[in-house]
Amino acid sequence: MQTVQPRSLPLRVPRVRPGGVLPILAILAVLLVLVGIRQPDFLAPSSLMSFLGRSAPIILLAAGQYFVIVSGEFDLSVGSLVTAQVVIAARLIDSDPARTWPVVLLLLAFGALVGLVNGLVTTRLRVPSFITTLGMFLILVGAVYLWSDGAPKGGLSEEFRRFGRRAFEDVPLLGRVPYALVVLVVVAVAAVLLMRSDFGRTLVAVGDNPRTAELSGVRVWRTRTVAFILSGLAAAVAAILLGGYSGVSFQAGAGLEFGAITAVVLGGVALGGGRGAVVGAMLGALTLELLFALMNFYGVSGALRSTVQGGIILLAVAVSATRSSSR
Amino acid sequence: MTALSLLPARRSVPGVFVALTLTLAIGWLVVLLDGGQLFNQSTTVSLLHVAAGLGLVAVGQTLVILGGSLDLSVAYVISLSTLVAAETMNGSDGAVLPAIGLALVVSAGVGLLNGILVTRFRVNAFIATLGVGLLLKGYLDNGYDGPAGATAPSLVQSLGYQRVGPVPVSFLLLIAVTAAAWFALSRTRFGHHLVAVGGDPEVARLSGVRNDRILVTAHILCSMCAGLAGIYLASRLGSGAPRVGTEGLYDLESIAAVVIGGTALAGGRGGVIGTVGGVLLLASIDAIFNQLEVDAFFKQVIRGVIIIAAVAVYARRAMRKAA
Repeated sequence: MQTVQPRSLPLRVPRVRPGGVLPILAILAVLLVLVGIRQPDFLAPSSLMSFLGRSAPIILLAAGQYFVIVSGEFDLSVGSLVTAQVVIAARLIDSDPARTWPVVLLLLAFGALVGLVNGLVTTRLRVPSFITTLGMFLILVGAVYLWSDGAPKGGLSEEFRRFGRRAFEDVPLLGRVPYALVVLVVVAVAAVLLMRSDFGRTLVAVGDNPRTAELSGVRVWRTRTVAFILSGLAAAVAAILLGGYSGVSFQAGAGLEFGAITAVVLGGVALGGGRGAVVGAMLGALTLELLFALMNFYGVSGALRSTVQGGIILLAVAVSATRSSSR
Repeated sequence: MTALSLLPARRSVPGVFVALTLTLAIGWLVVLLDGGQLFNQSTTVSLLHVAAGLGLVAVGQTLVILGGSLDLSVAYVISLSTLVAAETMNGSDGAVLPAIGLALVVSAGVGLLNGILVTRFRVNAFIATLGVGLLLKGYLDNGYDGPAGATAPSLVQSLGYQRVGPVPVSFLLLIAVTAAAWFALSRTRFGHHLVAVGGDPEVARLSGVRNDRILVTAHILCSMCAGLAGIYLASRLGSGAPRVGTEGLYDLESIAAVVIGGTALAGGRGGVIGTVGGVLLLASIDAIFNQLEVDAFFKQVIRGVIIIAAVAVYARRAMRKAA
């Protein structure tokens, strides 16, 4: 890592503080203890594995959202993109197993394309990403309803659904390892490696101070566009897992964009860019999911979920904000 | 239109009115060719009703956006306000004033909370208002399954359905609120300070502006505007509706209207007149498509394209000016 730094000397080398993910780890640990007290079974390897598998989509979305947020932008379109992908998959596959792989590839390409459009409109046409991705949200939701006349058509093949619902059985020590978890681990490792590469450093530098980055020879627009493409790809993968796990509906991705942004912020990533780690973002998503599981165990009504979620976010962000400003 | 000529010289006629005129002209022609009539009584009235609801929210949203903040909680404040108003009235005409007062006070309380989170606790406005919105959502989801309370008949008859010629009373209310906001922004110290805070908070602070106080006030006013929209919707619907704000997408649509109206999302530039233009533009597109019986989903696609295109045009113009 040391060898890379001299090349980017004119940049203010962004330091991702090693302690950046500590607060979220602490919260996660406390939640795990609380869950353990209430529901010791939950901590058994097999149920833990399936919990991680279930949480994979939102963790993937958080990772995708992280790239965009750390570069100083927003992506509000991911929830609608997930819905669109699931509906498109069902209609194109139409329960024909032979079409599974072509459609998977098509979904990835579509996710990347939506990201590309978001990125180009934001960077080249200088439309604030909040508006770009909000417009994209309206377009995707409208288009998907329009295309399917108001009700999802077709169906997913079993081959498609297995990504989200099947698992490697009888793995030593762990028991059942969902495919979704394997996908998650692969993506997570790739994301961490990416953030350690030149691209990752450039991305953080762009979010930290686009002007400085521009003056040091970074093509800001290109970097940010790639971030949007990564977010679109993450949404595609999340959609494949989510469609497999919970099936086709127009509600498949509803509200996921705010969930992902919440998770990212919870993980210590600053809105506005330039600060935070991708691991933190993913841990933030995991924490949020664990919190919901915990509320289930304690019999909190589903309707109150959002109140608790809102309270936790405000508390976490307020605490970290007041701490960093007093420093 | 006279208000336009009174706008401070720093900005020319907001481009949104050019777009609005063009849209209405083209829409009128297309609807005519289709064998319909765009400007008949009922379409005009319903257009103005749509504009009144969204407009009240958007004018408030303009204030916080001008100050460099943002409010994503307005949709839930609207729903909450319909419930507070309708349940307090419970169908009795005697309770109209206390109900309106209470709904506005509750809304102002939410705005105060937003403002304090954004200023004192330095929580990013996006997250702060999203979090407060979630708090309210939980309360609404937990307490209400459907419509509750009953709006007093006198309010339904007046604010809900009364009109002067083709202009609903609610639209007159929007004009009054807009005029007040315009006056506050261009003729009072609060307005100048708000724009200064939105333009550059540090410079504003060093020039002796009390940033926190200004922003908290803007947030309170924004929530009260949303509360007012809630009271209007309660008088339209005849009861409190726990989902009316979110189903109408009032949070995102109000921000879109503000931005289409030429106010910079980053703050410091823009005004309420443009916002009303943006609201009228969105409402006109709605009315035209309704007349043409265009698919509701197609309408949404077009809406998304227009929002992006409008902002792209502004950005282009700003870039050319800077060059």
